[in-house]
Amino acid sequence: MTSKVPFYIAVIALVIIGIAMSIIRHQTYNVPWVPGETRQIWDIEARIEFTARGKEVKASLAAPSTQSGYTLINESASSPGYGISYNSTSSGRRIEWTIREASGPQTIYYRSQFLVDENTKRDVTPPSQPMPEPKLPSLELSAGKALVELARQRSADNSSFTRELIKALNEPESQNASLLLHTNNKTNALYALLSIAEIPSRIVGVIELEDGRRRQNVQQMIEVWTGEDWQLFSISATQDGKQHPLLIWDQSNVSLLDLMGGSNSRVAFSMIARNISPTEATESKAEADGLLNFSIHSLPLEEQAMFKTIMMIPIGALIVVFLRIIVGLKTSGTFMPVLIAVAFVQTQLVTGIVGFLLIVGVGLIIRSYLSRLNLLLVARISAVIITVILIISIFTVVAFKVGLTEGLSITFFPMIILSWTIERMSILWEEEGGKEVMLQGGGSLITAILVYIAMTNEYLQHLTFNFVGLQLIVLAGILVLGTYTGYRLTELRRFKPLVKD
Amino acid sequence: MLSTLIDLAKIPSRLKSKGVLGMNQRNHAFIGRYNDRAKYPLVDDKLKTKIIAQRHGATTPEMIGVIRNQAEVKLIHDMVKDWPGFVIKPAQGSGGKGILVIVDHDQQRYKKPSGNETSRQEVERHVSNVLSGLFSLGGKTDVAIVENLILFDDCFDGFTYEGVPDVRIIVFKGYPVMAMMRCSTAASDGKANLHQGAVGVGLDIASGKAIRAVQFEKPLTHHPDTKVDLSTLVVPDWRRLLELACSAWEMTGLGYMGTDMVLDRTKGPMVLELNARPGLSIQIANGTGLIPRLRHIENLEVPIKYPTPEQRVEYCVQQFSTETKFNYM
Ligand SMILES: Nc1ncnc2c1ncn2[C@@H]1O[C@H](COP(=O)(O)OP(=O)(O)O)[C@@H](O)[C@H]1O
Ligand SMILES: [Mg+2]
Repeated sequence: MTSKVPFYIAVIALVIIGIAMSIIRHQTYNVPWVPGETRQIWDIEARIEFTARGKEVKASLAAPSTQSGYTLINESASSPGYGISYNSTSSGRRIEWTIREASGPQTIYYRSQFLVDENTKRDVTPPSQPMPEPKLPSLELSAGKALVELARQRSADNSSFTRELIKALNEPESQNASLLLHTNNKTNALYALLSIAEIPSRIVGVIELEDGRRRQNVQQMIEVWTGEDWQLFSISATQDGKQHPLLIWDQSNVSLLDLMGGSNSRVAFSMIARNISPTEATESKAEADGLLNFSIHSLPLEEQAMFKTIMMIPIGALIVVFLRIIVGLKTSGTFMPVLIAVAFVQTQLVTGIVGFLLIVGVGLIIRSYLSRLNLLLVARISAVIITVILIISIFTVVAFKVGLTEGLSITFFPMIILSWTIERMSILWEEEGGKEVMLQGGGSLITAILVYIAMTNEYLQHLTFNFVGLQLIVLAGILVLGTYTGYRLTELRRFKPLVKD
Repeated sequence: MLSTLIDLAKIPSRLKSKGVLGMNQRNHAFIGRYNDRAKYPLVDDKLKTKIIAQRHGATTPEMIGVIRNQAEVKLIHDMVKDWPGFVIKPAQGSGGKGILVIVDHDQQRYKKPSGNETSRQEVERHVSNVLSGLFSLGGKTDVAIVENLILFDDCFDGFTYEGVPDVRIIVFKGYPVMAMMRCSTAASDGKANLHQGAVGVGLDIASGKAIRAVQFEKPLTHHPDTKVDLSTLVVPDWRRLLELACSAWEMTGLGYMGTDMVLDRTKGPMVLELNARPGLSIQIANGTGLIPRLRHIENLEVPIKYPTPEQRVEYCVQQFSTETKFNYM
């Protein structure tokens, strides 16, 4: 048994290194062990892509500033070869990139950090100029005046007045509203109506803060002056349901991006929420971009968001290894449950389970017909893949029509994997009968649910994302499990007859 | 509730004291340590097993032919023209999957052990499924082996229902450590694989006599279909069967292995297939654990000249003889 010694030394070394790395991270970067005692920071990255024409380029992007609920603590722009300047203009802050000559596809980044902060200090500047005259043709102007008059009767102040206008604009039967919406989009129509009523307002660009979101676009909303503050209104009628917090990015009322010397421009936002300790929050200018910070946090945000999921996968693997070696649970396909769990994270649990059962169930029925056609294996699997895609698209469309927006997330399921699962289960059905299918399918589902519970656990998420050292400990755990030679739990039942006599 | 929990907690130590081998330990301490991965293809492919077995002078069921691709599927009817009974099986199958047993035919209608007939098309379809890998490990494409039907020895009449019984012997480092006979039942449909519902009868290594019988891992005394008393089962020609099983070690070099053997009416003991990952149910059929015997063999001193199969059989016959454990209630 001497050959085991190096193995255990390696395992212990892994654990020690893992713990040491975590402690260093905890102490030098003040990352707390639990997510509770923290302040939240949003890292938001704007990624601008365009094609330069080979001449001088000037790009100017609206920049966000401290606002109710969020304090801007840090910002930076990166772009090789460009000169950068931050300008305060009459219509808000802008960042400007300039270069003498550039050609071909260009990508430039602007990154800002906001501290979630209940008591933000900010200046509430009242509207400076009176509202401009509405630019509407006479027919639409009178329609607008009618709407404004009606809303004025039904409201008490600026904010309830705006709410009434939004309601009116979302009324599909209203003739006045449809006349206005014929040539304007809803935001512009609301802005025009507010200017008829001479209520100070402005169009702003807003982004929804959702952890791990990538490639989001700016949405247009309207800010209305209530007399002492600016209040934000979304033009979509129903505001209930789960709403993500909103951050106003662009107050300029001009444009999000001005580009000279380039075309095909596109601005996309990625964001990620991070927990920092209160002390770190106060030293707001932390060495976020320091050279010595070799953590995932030094990657571009888009990659970081991806890592949030990737870092959870080892935990999933650990659970699968545990269930197979210690418990002896049968699953169809070793790591298929982990992929299903990743899909569950996107779809939410109940929708995910229903979707999984629907796809596999319908898939099995169709597969049983395919088996009568006597096809070769590759053709059969391909046919199953296409069927799965069809099932998914039908469910998505039906869910959309019925108004179940949760149904849309069904597309997150890994289709090829599901097809193999269906194929394997149907062979199992033919060979061993439905009982074995239920056993293995149930085993997979239970595993997937357990992995899902772990993956969505706040503490585990916090730990795996902030402490890379933890991965080494998980690895050590898996290695140790791999040497377990005792009985599996299911074997206790199986071999029970042997204990009796 | 609590007492059942306490009972459950006691099971592992009791199993351990009985020397029951679990899946993890099997994989770790025996398969992982004694079976060289490079040699797996020898036993995972029944065609290769047949070739090496014949090279070492062991008898195997006679091969009628091999069908290797879809274009040859229709040749099956001509191939079996002169063979009244035959079996089609996937070269890389396991657990009795994809085995079609035909006991009689006129090249139009094919008769199965149950007496049911199948058509030409259905036989062709079965071959085609075998080729496309439906029954094989990992769904890889496979070849179909067509071999002669084994007519089992009359002495097994009544112990098996519509199928050839086979003898599974665990061979460790060339020593036979535990044996059982697997008898097919109506539930197992002419195939002798335990999880399909065949009856497993533990056999005394010394004499080839029945020790205990189980179906679906539960003890029983009589065959469920033929009602024959299973305790009266004795395998004839036992020594030769053991020696044949042991010689599989010389053939493959695999240290921990399950050998499947059959007794043909005219040709005597034959090797049906070899298994690098034999199941653990043999312990339930024998009512005893494998570990004490495996450790015994493991601790044997290895002489310069390794013992011959005859010597190894002789040793195990001395060491591992067991009383019958049938329990009539
Ligand atoms: N040539 C044959 N003649 C009659 N029965 C056979 C023949 N080959 C296999 N069988 C039956 O099928 C069962 C399984 O065959 P085997 O070759 O061991 O394949 P597997 O690897 O699937 O267990 C045997 O136990 C036996 O009952
Ligand atoms: Mg077999």
